Amino acid sequence: MTAGQITAIQPLQEAPHQAGVAPFGPKPRRISAGRIGIYAFLVVAALFFLIPVYIMIVTSLKGMPEIRLGHLFNLPGEPTFQPWADAWLHACTGRDCNGLSPGFYNSVKITLPSVIISIICASINGYALTFWPYKGANLLFGLLVFGAFVPYQVVIYPLIIGLSSVGLFASLPGIIIVHTIFGMPILTLLFRNFYAAIPVELFKAARVDGAGFWRIFFYIMLPMSVPITVVAVILQVTGIWNDFLFGIVFAGRSNWPMTVQLNNIVNTTTGVREYNVNMAATILTAAVPLLIYFISGRWFVRGIAAGAVKG
Amino acid sequence: MRKSWRHRFHLPAVIGTIPMILVALGVFVIGIGFSVLWSFTSSKLFPTYDFVGLAQYRRLWADNRWLVSVNNIWFFGLMSITCNMVFGYLLAVFMDQRIRQEDLFRSIFLYPFAMSLIVTGLVWQWALDPNLGLQEALRNWGWSSFSFAPLVSAETALYALVVAGIWQGSGVTMAILLAGLRGIDEDIWKAARVDGIPTWRTHVSIVAPMMKGAFATAFVLQCVGVVRVYDLVIAMTGGGPGIATSMPAVYVIQLITVRQNVGQGMAGATMMLLPVLIVLAFSGILLWRRTRRQEAGV
Repeated sequence: MTAGQITAIQPLQEAPHQAGVAPFGPKPRRISAGRIGIYAFLVVAALFFLIPVYIMIVTSLKGMPEIRLGHLFNLPGEPTFQPWADAWLHACTGRDCNGLSPGFYNSVKITLPSVIISIICASINGYALTFWPYKGANLLFGLLVFGAFVPYQVVIYPLIIGLSSVGLFASLPGIIIVHTIFGMPILTLLFRNFYAAIPVELFKAARVDGAGFWRIFFYIMLPMSVPITVVAVILQVTGIWNDFLFGIVFAGRSNWPMTVQLNNIVNTTTGVREYNVNMAATILTAAVPLLIYFISGRWFVRGIAAGAVKG
Repeated sequence: MRKSWRHRFHLPAVIGTIPMILVALGVFVIGIGFSVLWSFTSSKLFPTYDFVGLAQYRRLWADNRWLVSVNNIWFFGLMSITCNMVFGYLLAVFMDQRIRQEDLFRSIFLYPFAMSLIVTGLVWQWALDPNLGLQEALRNWGWSSFSFAPLVSAETALYALVVAGIWQGSGVTMAILLAGLRGIDEDIWKAARVDGIPTWRTHVSIVAPMMKGAFATAFVLQCVGVVRVYDLVIAMTGGGPGIATSMPAVYVIQLITVRQNVGQGMAGATMMLLPVLIVLAFSGILLWRRTRRQEAGV
């Protein structure tokens, strides 16, 4: 529950990966019936994880008449990409029928600056906390970690009032500030733990040579921070892209991110439900984080283990 | 020169961390302070400072929708954390059997976590839709009496949420626990085998207790996720049927935005904060006692 416990996550994740490497693993060799049981369990579990998305992909490629036949698992008889085009360009939320594409651009506009600003803030925090702890700095850090566990509902309303008093509520800068705030606890923790592992002699040597706070940060610490920054970027891009609550509350109608648009398109009560369009829209919304997941692989696992605290 | 790097109050460090100071104090202390303060007022759409004592809390606990929400979060939390842990541990144990294609399986178990809870909710809404999903598919395959539509009925909708939550989150539990399993010394397994202890017994009595840290991490992640569950409910059931799957997080947001009853909403939010505070204080005391004991030992 405290900083120490979260720190423990990272070394755990570093545990050596043994598949196909060690000829003798930790466990006694099983008889072949046991092996079959193991694979049977894993395959059934894999089906549980795969089937819902299989259904989505297959259905998004069917026409509505084919869907009404109800053969959920069948491959599309006449595959069509029309639902995908409709989802992107014409799907309706209420009276607006511009599809998901405005939501996509909004999400990009929200995610890029939020990721950059939150990571800059957090890396400076982590650096200052590790090498320049001033009086009260650790108390501030404790409060920040506490913030990682607080239910968002306790903070949302004061933030609404605070942001509207400076005219930033329901605006792009407003939602960027909100994402920076809620990303700060976990990112600061990440960077602080990373800098704490750097030999302090390096810092002292730079101090002896006369380098100050910013010089050491930009010329020594920042170039060393590439790995942790990659983890932070993965964490933030997926986290902010997938956000729904902050987007719907703080972004304002004209900046609604993709997740909010998607929910509006799908859960709209008027008109005929076009399941194929809805599912195509859902896949499109999930595409960006999934792409990051499949490209980043092992980095992603590290990131979520450290960052799932953010929820 | 020498003097300055022992300086405890270095100005650039303070300037560099101004965002942190603002967030830690401004949001997580003053912001929460105001939330609690407003829970004692009669605020409607905008905050007022007309104090009404505990009236908002009395109204809150007299509201059936809130009572249902509180029941739901306990039920959902217990169910989903238990299932998630058991399923995640089983996955981790099976993954640890030197299987082929481990990376493939790992990717499959984890990928739902990369997706938004909105996406998860929608996916499962369709899979369980009586006119479109599993029920209809199995009926078309000839099992015409098959009936499975948990989202339509108030009694079962919560179970459907649990399943969707497990689908999205158990891969993470698996990853954390698998790392924990891999961190255990091979000699423990060998010793247990020499002593003739069955494998399942070794897991339950020896290995699982040694993985306290990994379990604690996974458990904390689950708890934080459960308290905040919002997106999943909105996308999958919208709190329905009726109010059957309402949750405190959904209830509070509705009071603030739709029903414009800030005072009572803040009372609800404060009630959500309370268990978190208690748990944090409890673990803080434990930590403090442990360090004190260590110091006394030295």
